[in-house]
Amino acid sequence: MANWVLKGLRTGIRTTSYPAGPDDAPGISPGRPIGTSLSSTTAVDQLVRNCPTQAIAPDGSGIAIDQRRCIHCFRCQRGVDEPPIWQQGFEWAAYVDDQAPRKLAAIFGRSLHIRFVDAGACGACMSEARQINNPYYNMHRLGFFITPTPRNADVLLVAGPVSDAMRLPLSKTYEALPTPKRVVAIGACAASGGVFGPSFAASAGIADVIPVDVVVPGCPPPPLAILHGLLLVVERKPPSNVFSRASGGSKESP
Amino acid sequence: MAVLYRIHDDTSDLASFLELCRVHWRGVVVASADEADNTCRIDCGTERLRDICQWLTDDLGFAFATLVAEQAPKNWLLIYAFYKDAKSPLVRVELKLDAALSVAPSVVDLLHGPSFDWHEREVEDLFGLHFEGHPRLGEFVLHEDWLEGINPMRRDFDANKRFEPRTTEPKWEPPTIVTAPGAFAMPIGPVFSDFAESAHFLLETVGEDVVRTIPRFFYKYRGVEKIAEGQPPDRALLLAERFSGTAAFAHGLAFCQAIEAICGIKPPPRALALRAVLAELERLRSHAAAITGICNSTALAVATSQAALIEERLLRLTCEITGHRYLFGAVVPGGVICNPSQTDCRHLTAAVGEITHELRRLLQMLRYSSSFLDRLEEVGVVTEDQALSYGLVGPIARASGVARDIRKVLPYAVYGSTDFSVPVEREGDGYARLRVLFAEAAQSAGIINKVLSSLPDGAICSDELQLRAGAALSAVEAPLGAAFHWVRLDNGGNVSRYRVTPPSFTNWHGFHLAAENFAFQDFPIILASFGLSNAECDR
Repeated sequence: MANWVLKGLRTGIRTTSYPAGPDDAPGISPGRPIGTSLSSTTAVDQLVRNCPTQAIAPDGSGIAIDQRRCIHCFRCQRGVDEPPIWQQGFEWAAYVDDQAPRKLAAIFGRSLHIRFVDAGACGACMSEARQINNPYYNMHRLGFFITPTPRNADVLLVAGPVSDAMRLPLSKTYEALPTPKRVVAIGACAASGGVFGPSFAASAGIADVIPVDVVVPGCPPPPLAILHGLLLVVERKPPSNVFSRASGGSKESP
Repeated sequence: MAVLYRIHDDTSDLASFLELCRVHWRGVVVASADEADNTCRIDCGTERLRDICQWLTDDLGFAFATLVAEQAPKNWLLIYAFYKDAKSPLVRVELKLDAALSVAPSVVDLLHGPSFDWHEREVEDLFGLHFEGHPRLGEFVLHEDWLEGINPMRRDFDANKRFEPRTTEPKWEPPTIVTAPGAFAMPIGPVFSDFAESAHFLLETVGEDVVRTIPRFFYKYRGVEKIAEGQPPDRALLLAERFSGTAAFAHGLAFCQAIEAICGIKPPPRALALRAVLAELERLRSHAAAITGICNSTALAVATSQAALIEERLLRLTCEITGHRYLFGAVVPGGVICNPSQTDCRHLTAAVGEITHELRRLLQMLRYSSSFLDRLEEVGVVTEDQALSYGLVGPIARASGVARDIRKVLPYAVYGSTDFSVPVEREGDGYARLRVLFAEAAQSAGIINKVLSSLPDGAICSDELQLRAGAALSAVEAPLGAAFHWVRLDNGGNVSRYRVTPPSFTNWHGFHLAAENFAFQDFPIILASFGLSNAECDR
């Protein structure tokens, strides 16, 4: 056993400085396309046509992107005449209802207990959600804990388009959470149904079944984006915007 | 007699297998060879199906790969595919049924019957095709609350029509066998544990010891095979990659290989080499994740952290090389998308070298942690006979002494010309599975280094793809085991049938073998040592 203690000590601290400081280590996020002004309507048409999930729409002289639909297929980047700006970073989470963000900050201070539900996710979102527990991201230092039972949870972290058979377990889990409670939907499937829904076997996202408060776009959203989503719930970080417009560029208004 | 057959039977190449088949089944079935695919096709009727399946599996040692059902206007087509070793051809037994007659003979009572079991149940549930003699047909993919008599894979079913939200609760009450006083069935799931995929388990127990586990899956059924129908291959590829995000490259590759086989195109040498590199990078990541899961299930905190560091490092490395942490969008029909520079290749080689070293050190420390070994040894045992009869695949089969690996049996990419070994263990317990994971990770790192050291120059994708009608079965060794993808394209170049047989589907079927007569606290360990994906199984 002493060997393990030594091994741990020798490894040292690997944890990110986010949210206190920035993190731009290579490979922490795939990045994503953002609304861009383009030179011609042909270029706009090409991007709109190439996008398999209708995430790209014409916007003035360029394109706007509905980040909830973007599945990181890179088809607006590879083999096109004029690709949109590809933005690095990971602060992607946004409140669903801008008018009245229902936050938990005042009630819970800074700590949250989280219950994860897999509503038909492909496994990548779940894998990324699992990573927020690893030493690089270590959510415990932020006061976030995973709890095995919904009865002890403040936040439901949900991934997947909600497959038919998971509708009932998901709504039951939601009902089992004591109020006040919040729902964080992670990933393109949870936000919009992704490539699966709506269909005979899956819904068009979590909001079809239970109310959603925070959405974290991405396919899958990297661990730091999921942390950003949780930080939004306790108002410790400003939100991003799910619509990225050509005129607005990368600076999105809250 | 069976023994005699085995001595004389020569299945070592397509021609001799065809000859054997014609001699043995003279006047009974029609056998034909497809040289291009190294496939032998056997057309048979319902009355001979059982005999042929038995001959292939029991006498000749073939393993069952997949059952594909197709609905044509006038008839049903059932395709049973079998594979054996590097020399033998792929065998496709094809059975045509009259459209009005929706009954086929079941083969589940054969010695290797269990490997057909779930396939027949799935076809019955999704197509409404009956298998005469099968003891457990009925609710399988679709649970009790699904409307009776509606089969989503039939041609006349509209995939876009949303289901009506059901008001009745599903009631799952499978037969239990433990009748001792105080015996009860402990439910786990579908929402359980810290981070667990949705699945439901009933543990039959009398208190501390669990006698039997009855699992139920398909909570995550998203109808991937149905919604792929009618889509052009570039859209269906998105589904192939995303139904199991942790094995996205392997399944994307299998789909692309099927399209390439149909359209008769061959990717350039550099693309084939890069496919092997990326596939091994995914395997390395997936195995590191499985090792993290096993350490976590035994509550060995420092080891969990160490393995998780390796896993995250591999995710970042993958993102640096391909632009995505899970290799989404990396493979296309005709080649690959990403073209690493020489600097990238050097970086990859160096990083994989360091990771191999760290994994070796981790295994060394785990091997001397007796409290850890106590939890794994003799836990969740699957014997070699069981693995063969259930047709198990991947690291789980290889930990039980079955040395089958698609990279050797049906080589693709550059595996045929790359030197690597297939690690095998005999015990079939949790510790054997852990050792196989470590050994395979080391082999993967070796393959990456070997292929990168002689990476051919040139194009990474062949020229314009000409889609045409046809069908093909492609196989890859996904991180969790053998995956088979059957794709049929119609005259317009759209997908008209897509059938995926992922390794998790094959191996979850064998899970109950390992989850028998164990102490309650061992359940998470058995689960982690299997390390399967429900997203992959359920589709």
